[in-house]
Amino acid sequence: MFVMAFQKVQQLKRIILDNLLVNLVMFRSLETLIEAHKDVGREVYLDLENSSPIPSDIVEAMIPYFSEKAYGNPTITHKLGWMAYEEIQKASESVADYIGANSIEEINFTPSETESNNLALIGTALANRKKGNKIVVSEIEPLSIKFSTKMLEKRGFEVEKIPVDRNGFVNLEKLTKAIDQKTTLVSVMLVNHEIGTVEPIKDAVEIAKKKNPDVLFHSDASDAYGRIPVNVDELGVDLLTLSSYKILGPRGVGVLYVKEGVDVERLLEGQIGTQKLWPGVENVPLIVGFQKASELAFRDFEGSVSRMKKLRNRLKSGILERISGAVLNGPSGEKRAPDNVNISIPHCEGESLTIELSLKGVYVSSGSACTRAILQPSHVLTAIGKKFEAAHGSVLMKVTRYHTNKDIEYVLDAFPKAVKRLRMISPIKDGAD
Amino acid sequence: MSRGPLPYSSKILELFRNPKNLGKMKDATASAVAGSPACGDVIVFYLRISEDEMIEKATFESYGCAANIATASITTELVKGKKLIDAWEISWKEVADEVGGLPTTKLHCGILSVGAVKRAIRGYYKKKREKPSWLPDELTSEEKHALEEEELARVLSKKIGGK
Repeated sequence: MFVMAFQKVQQLKRIILDNLLVNLVMFRSLETLIEAHKDVGREVYLDLENSSPIPSDIVEAMIPYFSEKAYGNPTITHKLGWMAYEEIQKASESVADYIGANSIEEINFTPSETESNNLALIGTALANRKKGNKIVVSEIEPLSIKFSTKMLEKRGFEVEKIPVDRNGFVNLEKLTKAIDQKTTLVSVMLVNHEIGTVEPIKDAVEIAKKKNPDVLFHSDASDAYGRIPVNVDELGVDLLTLSSYKILGPRGVGVLYVKEGVDVERLLEGQIGTQKLWPGVENVPLIVGFQKASELAFRDFEGSVSRMKKLRNRLKSGILERISGAVLNGPSGEKRAPDNVNISIPHCEGESLTIELSLKGVYVSSGSACTRAILQPSHVLTAIGKKFEAAHGSVLMKVTRYHTNKDIEYVLDAFPKAVKRLRMISPIKDGAD
Repeated sequence: MSRGPLPYSSKILELFRNPKNLGKMKDATASAVAGSPACGDVIVFYLRISEDEMIEKATFESYGCAANIATASITTELVKGKKLIDAWEISWKEVADEVGGLPTTKLHCGILSVGAVKRAIRGYYKKKREKPSWLPDELTSEEKHALEEEELARVLSKKIGGK
């Protein structure tokens, strides 16, 4: 008995030691990877899809709310609670105003786009399951919607995915056919997060409601808000998702707009404060940051959009001119978000390219399977008919109003050098797209 | 450990930036390809083998991630100067250890490299119409892995198509 216990302790010690060693090696690796960038001439962050730097005026707007003011719980009856409540009301009013919502009751702060989309899909499907069990979504929705529909399928819901064309536009004919009397919810994003396609949401809503007036329509507008006009009344949507970091606000806060009268079930239970669909103590500093980010995005909306378009066009055409065989993924012109560039580079694997560019101070992401923990290429690129090779060799970049011409010129100088070196290593010389 | 960004070792970073034995070999005695562009990783190995079955020179080309480039590069180092019988014995674990460890999701890069070397050696004997007693009839797990990956890429590409 004693020997067995001793052996178990020894075994446990070994496991702990092994894990410590693994972690030590990992941290040393990370140090080396970061250290390798010490000589970069300039840093240009274009990976706005995955996270964003927060401009200093937004950081400054948030700081007092961590420890100086309004740090109380907005549901409690004292000064600090009332101050917190006041800030949430102000932020709700401001967001409601920007998206044309009728009342602040329709604005629900959540921890992010992911939670908003889960709430919109699962919460709405569950709340309306007596009316029907069919959900219709596009094939190129973000993972938070794609995986929410998988969860719904496991719970007995029928999910139909609507294909898109070569530029990512949802097939409205197939959408019409898919909607029937048991369909309770349709979800199509306003702007695709990877290829920037501006979907015809107004038309899609009209078609959907004509076929079944009871159907609810959700749209993830995270990549639209602050870049193209978003008005819930004009679009006719019942639910709409917004993300804070996608407009340079802090991570950790998002919004789900829910039109008055629409039933949505909470996904989590706990203390309900000011946000009836999301329990827990409200994160006032982040909500203030989101409000400030919105204010800055809309302060000179047309000027900012025009600036983004100029930078985006220079970046896009600069790469297409300099890299042989490079192909733009997604549409061109007014039906593309002003900040989005997604290009496939033949004979260049995306993960290697993100690392090579990173070593030159240019930060981007890729649709390559190798950059993802799930080891699958981008479902958006394969849905628009791109071959796996084109998805593996794709690079996603987004510009902001804070980027400069010098930033773009720096990227255009670094990019061909990175591609040239990787193509020199590659055995594949033609036919990647 | 399965989450990105993948914590590559300093050795992988070094080999990614300055790969050893890179490039096509014009006077190769044997060569082999493993992987598929659809999978996002392709390695080509070139071996120059002497009459007494010693690998005098080994080079590679790679279309793949940093781990793919690094494991291919280190494999050429490991087989160089070895008799074919000894080169056949190199395992993907040795390759992984030599690059300072691989993230779990990248272990297949080491397997693919070893699979490619074994393919080149098998191809060499096939061309010579000889079969030494130590060369197994059955494909090894590394060769099977390369085959499975290529098959999977073919099936998925066919399923998804491409416009």
